[in-house]
Amino acid sequence: MQLFKYLRGASLTLLVTALLSGCDAVVMSPSGDVAVQQRDLLVWATVLMLLVIVPVIVLTLWFAWHYRESNTEANYKPDWTHSTVLELVIWSVPLMIIIALGAMTWVSTHKLDPYRPLDRIDAQTPVPVGLEPLTVEVVALDWKWLFIYPEQGIATVNELAAPVNHPIRFKITASTMMNSFFIPAMAGQIYAMAGMETKLHGVINEPGVYKGFSANYSGAGYSQMKFDFHGLSEEDFASWVAKVKASDGNLSRDKYLQLEEPSIDDPVSYYGQVDPTLYYGIFNRCVEPGQTCMEDMMYHGGMDKHAGHHGDAKAEHADHQDHAGHQSHGGHHE
Amino acid sequence: MFENLDLTKLIFGRLTWDAIPFHDPIILGTFAVVALGGIALLAALTRYKLWGYLWNEWFTTIDHKKIGIMYIILGLVMLLRGFADAIMMRLHQAMAFGDSTGYLPPHHYDQIFTAHGVIMIFFVAMPLVTGIMNYLIPLQIGTRDVAFPFLNNFSFWMTTGGAALMMVSLFIGEFAKTGWLAYPPLSGILQSPGVGVDYYIWALQIAGVGTLLSGVNLLVTIVKMRAPGMSLMKMPVFTWTSLCTNILIVAAFPVLTAVLGMLTMDRYLDTAFFTNDLGGNAMMYVNLIWIWGHPEVYILILPVFGIFSEIVATYSRKPLFGYTSMVYATVVITVLSYLVWLHHFFTMGSGASVNSFFGITTMIISIPTGAKIFNWLFTMFRGRIKFDVPMLWTLGFMVTFVIGGMTGVLLAVPPVDFVLHNSLFLIAHFHNVIIGGVLFGLFAGITYWFPKATGYKLDEFWGKLSFWFWLIGFYFAFMPLYVLGLMGVTRRVSHFEDQSLQIWFQIAAFGAVLIAVGIAAFAIQLIVSFRRREALVDETGDPWDGRTLEWSTSSPPPPYNFAFTPRVHDLDAWWQMKQHGFQRPESGFIPIHMPKGTWAGIVLSGISVVIGFALIWHMWLVAGVSFVALIGTAIYHTFNYDRDYYIPAEEVERIEAERTRVLANV
Repeated sequence: MQLFKYLRGASLTLLVTALLSGCDAVVMSPSGDVAVQQRDLLVWATVLMLLVIVPVIVLTLWFAWHYRESNTEANYKPDWTHSTVLELVIWSVPLMIIIALGAMTWVSTHKLDPYRPLDRIDAQTPVPVGLEPLTVEVVALDWKWLFIYPEQGIATVNELAAPVNHPIRFKITASTMMNSFFIPAMAGQIYAMAGMETKLHGVINEPGVYKGFSANYSGAGYSQMKFDFHGLSEEDFASWVAKVKASDGNLSRDKYLQLEEPSIDDPVSYYGQVDPTLYYGIFNRCVEPGQTCMEDMMYHGGMDKHAGHHGDAKAEHADHQDHAGHQSHGGHHE
Repeated sequence: MFENLDLTKLIFGRLTWDAIPFHDPIILGTFAVVALGGIALLAALTRYKLWGYLWNEWFTTIDHKKIGIMYIILGLVMLLRGFADAIMMRLHQAMAFGDSTGYLPPHHYDQIFTAHGVIMIFFVAMPLVTGIMNYLIPLQIGTRDVAFPFLNNFSFWMTTGGAALMMVSLFIGEFAKTGWLAYPPLSGILQSPGVGVDYYIWALQIAGVGTLLSGVNLLVTIVKMRAPGMSLMKMPVFTWTSLCTNILIVAAFPVLTAVLGMLTMDRYLDTAFFTNDLGGNAMMYVNLIWIWGHPEVYILILPVFGIFSEIVATYSRKPLFGYTSMVYATVVITVLSYLVWLHHFFTMGSGASVNSFFGITTMIISIPTGAKIFNWLFTMFRGRIKFDVPMLWTLGFMVTFVIGGMTGVLLAVPPVDFVLHNSLFLIAHFHNVIIGGVLFGLFAGITYWFPKATGYKLDEFWGKLSFWFWLIGFYFAFMPLYVLGLMGVTRRVSHFEDQSLQIWFQIAAFGAVLIAVGIAAFAIQLIVSFRRREALVDETGDPWDGRTLEWSTSSPPPPYNFAFTPRVHDLDAWWQMKQHGFQRPESGFIPIHMPKGTWAGIVLSGISVVIGFALIWHMWLVAGVSFVALIGTAIYHTFNYDRDYYIPAEEVERIEAERTRVLANV
């Protein structure tokens, strides 16, 4: 009986999955390992719950039909209100399912924590020893996306590229509005908030052009706050970097202050050079000359200089010059 | 600041002719229709000399039954406005693809989805739930009114005042363009300098006073005023769920008041609670608003669970299965509803352990909720089920709600939420539980108790039509949104590039049209039933062979509800009385002490609306003067000692004798 229900649930889910991948449902057929695991979790959780949902729906309809007033054949017990056995069953069946689902939740939430560096490229391949993740600093502006590649010394607006099968580490902040950085084909979303830094680790396994956008409503230009995410081979990525580097844009602090002004539906643009302290300045809200960085304000309160230091600081790039190693005091503590 | 005092500025603040949206044909057209309709209504009231009747019998009444009915009327009227917003959104999204920009400019679209959410939660679901609680609780617990009758009238008018201010924003100025919870920094003064967010704040603050006081009132009523013999475990399930809901209201709404208060200070006084700079943090707002917001979900659904419990028992001709476990399930949900708020923002970067904790507490809520579903199921088991309209809504609910529950648990798994958060999957989920749960339950309850309130039943045909259009319309309107969510489409988007999505939005729009037919059928049902009231009359006071005390009175009940306070010996008190051959007392009546109507509620609320409007438009002089007037009026009202009266024994005897005569003819 149990097995039968399980099979019925599983086949239903598979059917739904098949139907959805037919109509290009990116969440059900993603191209990045993290999103694949999230999809699998979604399917398994659905199957688990269908174990109880399907019988409830069937029983509701069946009881309603069978015990209809006109069916005088049916057993009628007008004073029957209690059954200890049934009560035990109706509390313990959902309990059991929730215990299973709770365990899945605990394990998967830790395993797929967006702050946790990846340990595998895909189901079969662990991350090769010595392969450092590509760092991208993401800034949600009103209403466009700024991507800074600190290791490459370049920046782009509304276009993101990364080599396939190469872990990517996103450090995410915002200029004003609260947005959400989301590339459904690659991995789940994470909010982009001013004065704070969030993180996301992901990888893309197949070359292609994927949609990225803000998933959190942020005002007038929200609907146009989109970008293309290019999954490229290592060689193509290198030539993409070279192309951006060759462009004459220089993202200095002054240039950033102009870029930061609200605008809607901006074209893709490239910056061959970028001020290496810019990202630090953005999330510490001290890009404009004369502003005190949030981090320094915190120190005046007597906090230990490294109290908020994050676990993956080993990967922290030295590009931040004298600020290297201080991050996200104003933001999250993992 | 005093050197450039400008009287015009003090009186009119930032209100100028520019605030009237003459340039927007949609709004102007709406305004014309509303204005003409309003003038026609006012003219009709004057023509038929109804002003005195309305004022004396309704506006100033403190009879909980009439106040309950007024709440329900408010909720139904606002449902029309909220649904108008919904269908505008559906049509817009079905059109706005590729080169077509749809027919709503983005700034208008953004106001519409904000207004839709605010109206549906605060001014449709809340008044309908509060109205049914208001009407029924005193009747179910065998008492004559609520604990604080004047407060009840005041609460109703404050809720209505908030709704009125919300409606004003349609024609004077604008409404918020922030989404229904107005997250900062978007709702901050730097990003939203206009009046929209201020309308949002003051409409909710004024209505919030009403909700909170009504919560206190009903809580005290249930705790202190139950008929003798009605111990807690003999209370009807609806009263139980209402008790829990009012506990939630009393504990949760102050948080909303406080968080909106802080947002107000950020906007008006340059404080920095939620700003990006000066040490503010928007995440505090998000936490606080959901500490109110999640219990709010249960504030809406718990009374509705109670409604279904009453209905399923009545129409299955059996007592509720597992009353005790139903009560415990309700209490467990009440407590747990405070431990889950973070699941609304897993994606804000909390650590994995925090996210798992809130994910798992959320899932745990599905255990008592599941137990409730099974209890209804086994109430039907070995019953004799009559498929009257309330029972149809109940069955529609049971099938639909479990789907919404399942998708809710899915969203409670943090890694799954990362891919579905803010998507149309989420929108489908909460409409699945709010329409498939709350709204179906409210329609079931309205149909079920309608004869109690009016003395005649609702027309079956139009009721069934309304049910089927709502049910099928719901599936057409929201199943496509689940699919779109899985296709990575997010909420609140006003324009799409990908043409392959359009078909799903068109199906959803078709569903919204079906729902519109359902709403029309409901309205027609009210009219048809009123015209056929002779044929649909209920003279017994107990048309469904009910089980709880409200069915022991006449339909509609007399102003004093019960000539003698009933004595309760068992659960399902009225059923038990019927079983034991209960005889109505026909003599020995004594004068009944009753509270008297007062003008104070509507006047205080009216002044509050003026204060709100003045604060929105920065009319400081008007705000100051009306604030003084508000305090003055409240103090003046405390000197009103003419607050009660006695219904003479002869009058009680006359009413009861009339009922005896009617019952003899049934």
